[in-house]
Amino acid sequence: MAVIGIDTNPLQSQTREPGWLRRSGRVVSDIFHTPLGGIGITLVVLILVVAVFAQWIAPYNPTAISVKERLAGPSFTHLLGTDQLGRDLFSRVIVGTQTAMMVAISALSIALVAALPLGLIAGYGPRWLDAALILVFDSLSSLPMIMLGLAIVVLLGPGIPTVILVIVLYSVPSYARLVRTQTLSLKSRDFIKAEQAMNASTPRILFNHLLPNVIGPLLILACLDISTVITLEAGLSFLGLGVKPQVPSWGNILSDGFSVIRSTALPVIAGGAPLILATIGFTFFGEALRDALDPKLARERKP
Amino acid sequence: MMRETALIEANNLSVAVPRSSRWFPSRKPDLDILVDVSVAVKPGEIVCMVGESGSGKTTFGRALLGLVRPSAGQIVFDGTPLPDFSPPSFKRIRREASLLFQDPVTSFDPRQRIASILAEPRRIARSGSVARSEIEELARKAGLVSPLLSKFPHALSGGQARRAAVARALSVVPRLIVADEPTAGLDVSVQGGVLNLFLDIREEFRTSFLIITHNLSIARHVSDRIVILYLGRVLESGPAREIFRAPRHPYTRALLDSEPIPNPAKRREAPPVIGEVPGLAARPSGCEFHTRCAFAQDRCRHERPLQTAISAEHEVACHYPLTPRLTVVGPPPQRLPKTANR
Repeated sequence: MAVIGIDTNPLQSQTREPGWLRRSGRVVSDIFHTPLGGIGITLVVLILVVAVFAQWIAPYNPTAISVKERLAGPSFTHLLGTDQLGRDLFSRVIVGTQTAMMVAISALSIALVAALPLGLIAGYGPRWLDAALILVFDSLSSLPMIMLGLAIVVLLGPGIPTVILVIVLYSVPSYARLVRTQTLSLKSRDFIKAEQAMNASTPRILFNHLLPNVIGPLLILACLDISTVITLEAGLSFLGLGVKPQVPSWGNILSDGFSVIRSTALPVIAGGAPLILATIGFTFFGEALRDALDPKLARERKP
Repeated sequence: MMRETALIEANNLSVAVPRSSRWFPSRKPDLDILVDVSVAVKPGEIVCMVGESGSGKTTFGRALLGLVRPSAGQIVFDGTPLPDFSPPSFKRIRREASLLFQDPVTSFDPRQRIASILAEPRRIARSGSVARSEIEELARKAGLVSPLLSKFPHALSGGQARRAAVARALSVVPRLIVADEPTAGLDVSVQGGVLNLFLDIREEFRTSFLIITHNLSIARHVSDRIVILYLGRVLESGPAREIFRAPRHPYTRALLDSEPIPNPAKRREAPPVIGEVPGLAARPSGCEFHTRCAFAQDRCRHERPLQTAISAEHEVACHYPLTPRLTVVGPPPQRLPKTANR
């Protein structure tokens, strides 16, 4: 019989589906396989470790003011010097990493969890519901980001929850739109038709077949967006709309540094460099993740 | 007349797609993809639907399972007509019929492994887990070796994917398999394997088949009955042996003649079909085949021929059907005794 090109050696062929641990191990090794992915994952891991252990890494209390030592240059006591209030910049950058990651990860998770069902329903559901949801998404995304932020800050007061809310409101429409477009293009594909012909229920089609096919691109977009979100948080903080001024965040460091830029550029560099590193890291990581997660792009592995 | 009740029967099934939008209605009439197609498939029977591309054969297969919504007509399954063409009504058919898509790879979820794809119909039917051994048994039945079960669909070759599709169709033993171009893209040896698999399945489960194809040698190899489709209408239908021995419709004959014969000494002398298939949007008047028919008369240009019974199971839609064993080309065509016309 014409069954061609099959590896019939039972020792080499795997009959069992690999477990999730093994599969994620493969994904990680795939990401490391490309040079950019390696840089990306290293930066991402570094940033996450710093964020988690910020309190232990920071040599000083990031909010402790010491007017005597204001605007000190780099030294062994203050690795990156101090700002105009004499706060240790290195400690502020480290703890700022925690703020940034907390805001980015929680805001993006909330946005993803909200956008997935909305987009799936808009794409797969009836036309009128799609039209209604699109209207809401478009109205939300037509509001200028800064105006939206201002309005919400005025209503709720500045703080991390407010920043998260602004970011969620800002990103849900674009994520939901991506999910909707993907769903629309998938729902006329044969494999969804085949599911319908097999009597599969709508929830089954939505969550077992559309969701796994949609979530890949979405996770990658979210990964690439982490940098945007961090920038956003920094921007809002820079404008004084984000986290409170005493809380260390990269935006606050930038904003404080900006006012003294004529005497020293160090605070601006200290606030900007981690932002750039995070952007590069998460972008590279996201792109490598996209290549690694796509079963068609996954390189053939030799046993 | 004693007749075994058909498993599935389409009576005057039509599919039309609107060409004007709901909000900006225009005068454009709906585009008819299928017009008054009547086909019945009996239990254990293999019916081949043959037509050129654009004849609506794929649409017919999809309409039977409700993937395309019919615009008129009736579908009778197991002796009971469907009350309407809403998705819930089709559930009854979908439970007992499987559809093999033209391109099997696209009919698999790209993120599922083959094992899980094969288990899908059973999971849907009994909403529980499916044992690995069941899946291996199923794969073996369709001629798939078990190492393939842990692969993703894109890693399969054409023949393997086709077998996987058949295995999935067998997952819940179907009473009807609608196979859309089951041999497309396969080399001849694999084609034979797939068709023999169909015959085995019929033998074992008395499954009925509706095979949609443009390939007459497939029809010759496996079918009991043949339906010839042209621009969404049935031109001729009847027992395969009768049609292959003595086609009555000039189109059927032309199709048979365009089939390559491996023997150069045996040449057929009838003319091939002239020109291209006319578009669905500009259907010719009268008999829609007259633009390409070598035997067309004036009447064919104005009057649409009706389905006329030639024998108990053989029907043809032609004003001037060919007589059996007509070998001489050209007019005057033989007239049959006039049947109920109009």
